[in-house]
Amino acid sequence: MERAVLEMHQITKQFPGVLALDKVDFDLYPGEVHILLGENGAGKSTLMKTLAGAHEPDSGTIVVDGREVRIRNPKQAQALGISIIYQEFTLIPYLTVAQNIFLAREPLRWGMRGLVDRDRLYADSTAILKTLGISVDPRSVVSTLGVAQQQLVEVAKALSLNARILIMDEPTATLSDQEIEQLFGIIHNLKSRGVGVIYISHRLQEVGQIGDRVTVLRDGRSVGTYNVADVDINTLIKLMVGREVMEKADRRSLPNAPEALRVSHLHRNGVLHDVNLVVREGEIVGLAGLVGSGRTELARAIFGIDPFDSGEIVLLGKRLVATNPSLSIRLGLGLLPEDRKSDGLALILPVKDNVTHASLTRLFPSFILDFRKERAIAERYVRDLRIATPNIFRQVGFLSGGNQQKVVLAKWLATQSRVLIFDEPTRGIDVGAKAEVHDFMRQLARQGVAILMISSDLPEIVSMSDRVYVMREGTIVKELEGEDINQETIIGYAMGKGEGQ
Amino acid sequence: MLRSYLARFSRGIALLALCVIVSLATPVFLTSDNLLNVARQASLLLILSTGMTVVILVGGTDLSIGSIAALSSCLVAPFFLRGASTLQIVLGIILGLGVGAVLGFLNGLMISKIGLPPFVATYGMNQIARGIALAYMAGNITYGFGPTFRYLGAGMLYGIPVPVIIAAAVFLLFYFLLSKTVFGRQVYVVGARPSVATFSGISVPETMLKVYTINGLVAAFGGLVFISRLNAAEAGLGETFPLQAIGAVAIGGTSFRGGIGGVTGTIIGALIVTVLTNAMNLLGVSTLWQTAVTGAVIILAVVLDQGLVAQGVGAALVMRRNRRVRAEA
Repeated sequence: MERAVLEMHQITKQFPGVLALDKVDFDLYPGEVHILLGENGAGKSTLMKTLAGAHEPDSGTIVVDGREVRIRNPKQAQALGISIIYQEFTLIPYLTVAQNIFLAREPLRWGMRGLVDRDRLYADSTAILKTLGISVDPRSVVSTLGVAQQQLVEVAKALSLNARILIMDEPTATLSDQEIEQLFGIIHNLKSRGVGVIYISHRLQEVGQIGDRVTVLRDGRSVGTYNVADVDINTLIKLMVGREVMEKADRRSLPNAPEALRVSHLHRNGVLHDVNLVVREGEIVGLAGLVGSGRTELARAIFGIDPFDSGEIVLLGKRLVATNPSLSIRLGLGLLPEDRKSDGLALILPVKDNVTHASLTRLFPSFILDFRKERAIAERYVRDLRIATPNIFRQVGFLSGGNQQKVVLAKWLATQSRVLIFDEPTRGIDVGAKAEVHDFMRQLARQGVAILMISSDLPEIVSMSDRVYVMREGTIVKELEGEDINQETIIGYAMGKGEGQ
Repeated sequence: MLRSYLARFSRGIALLALCVIVSLATPVFLTSDNLLNVARQASLLLILSTGMTVVILVGGTDLSIGSIAALSSCLVAPFFLRGASTLQIVLGIILGLGVGAVLGFLNGLMISKIGLPPFVATYGMNQIARGIALAYMAGNITYGFGPTFRYLGAGMLYGIPVPVIIAAAVFLLFYFLLSKTVFGRQVYVVGARPSVATFSGISVPETMLKVYTINGLVAAFGGLVFISRLNAAEAGLGETFPLQAIGAVAIGGTSFRGGIGGVTGTIIGALIVTVLTNAMNLLGVSTLWQTAVTGAVIILAVVLDQGLVAQGVGAALVMRRNRRVRAEA
């Protein structure tokens, strides 16, 4: 076998509080597609970023073409023939395809800086697109192209840099079947030209369709590299999940409890379709799915941040065909948003203000603030939730992530909501605070609060939920109860096991 | 501890220091006549910059207050001419405030519903309102108001100029509104982080609408006080209002990113500007130079306020210490 174009040995990367990569080995041969598989947060993106020059590993070696290299910035990566296509495109929408392909390295007229040789720009772009079999007009403005075509332009741009190692991060996430076909055609073309492709995917069926080898990452560690021909999907799922399954001790079944929230046939064009779910009083219902499967969008639509096009919501007996946050709060629904620093808390304002933001009109019906009342409420939650803050006048931005999340929790407890949607309730907070947040959630459920919990943390879903819905591509694909709630089953449905094979 | 107190009262201290320096430089400054004069001069700026404070707190700006003041007062000026009944005057005032509120509401609509940047929306409104005022007045001046109306801008009550009392009342009202009401809280959240407001069930567009409407009303009110003092209304009045008010708010320490500040700082900001102008007049500084000095003071105040100087000095001290530590090692 010929020499590997890329070898990574024992790559380790530590971020504050997490070991993102733990002695990962990975290699790539010319002309192969090497698929990188793993849950959200398994370390796929971090590993690729060490190749792209975005992160430098703390230890370990990277060997390109038999030569050990250090990649400190994207320019060096480029010089080594490494190109990466991120999920979010890096194209400039108002420039033409050709201008994007040759951005910052335009052919010059008469070798003079600042004078672009347009004829050559377009001629060269046409040539590149043609060899790749990409049928896009180099003169069209990028913003007028569809997502798939933009993706292809990204590929063209990467290859015009003479990339021999091409990294694609979930390239098919937003493409239609037909567009995926086209992309795969181009990947085959690349393979025949000796380009090595590292392909990050969340779609299990793609492993067999396009991959030659597959490496599974889990919690920052490589758990094995296999020839695609030698491995089946169930094995891959087991490898991805792997860790000991924490069983929920007291998974409750409450089929007779009153319905607190029912969502029927909810539809939002291009985002959600035919979503149906029920959350009963006292129940913790997990909403699992991959990032981008529409969970946050569903929460936003239910709460009324985004409108929905059809369907209805029954919230504590009230039938709604449209809603808004103010109405939802009044009826008893709360949403703890995914991004607490951006949507959950006003970081420059004090703890006490943040605690009362969502319940101002309920607490102060006369529209005049009662400072003694406000203070009492804020101090009670600081005490009950053990929020570590010198006092309630402290700006929230000074608190730690875990304590900030507790302030968000306090804010929604203060509204006395009967239905709470938690969107990633423990993301980015330390283990101690996480356990506390979980305890509070269980306490709330025991008091009869209905909880819908969105989480990408599978053990959290498995250990907390009484029932689980799995979302995929904008709809709920499975409801799981009792014994069926385990990581393998959930990730199987989340990744579309059984579809399109 | 001391530092945080200094930071909190820095503007007050700056105002005090300014007064001490000016009173040392000229004995006239501390006479009661002059102080009353300063207060009277500051009163209009205070009224206008109070409304502006709320707009800047939600992260906006309003360039149209001068034109709103001009258009609303020109339209209703005939109600106040000598011989007008009290009822007529009251009606005129209500109408004038109504015109201001409507124009402010339109500002709010453009910003919150159409999504225009506040600078663009209010700049456009500034031109429109000014243009209508100019066309309506066609170069004429309405003057000669009755004593009842003139009391508003030029009267005295217990030895205190009436506009000063009015400004104090406006200040108290806004202080109450911003710090003791649900509306005030909403203003701060919307300014600090609009998405947080949305997630908390507070409507950002509605809050914006209210804020700009209030500011239009305040602008019209300022215009009425102004023409009452001047005893005349003309279409060109108040061109300097917006930038003066924004300047006072800036010196007063309200953040242009929204969410931080309040009317207490604005009072001091307005007083600093007025005392400075007064001092320059007393000291015989040419009016040609006064504008430049005022501008420099605004920049200086904001630099001091953001702790930029303190940071620079602090960094220099740390560097020196590090050098010393290295030298010793």
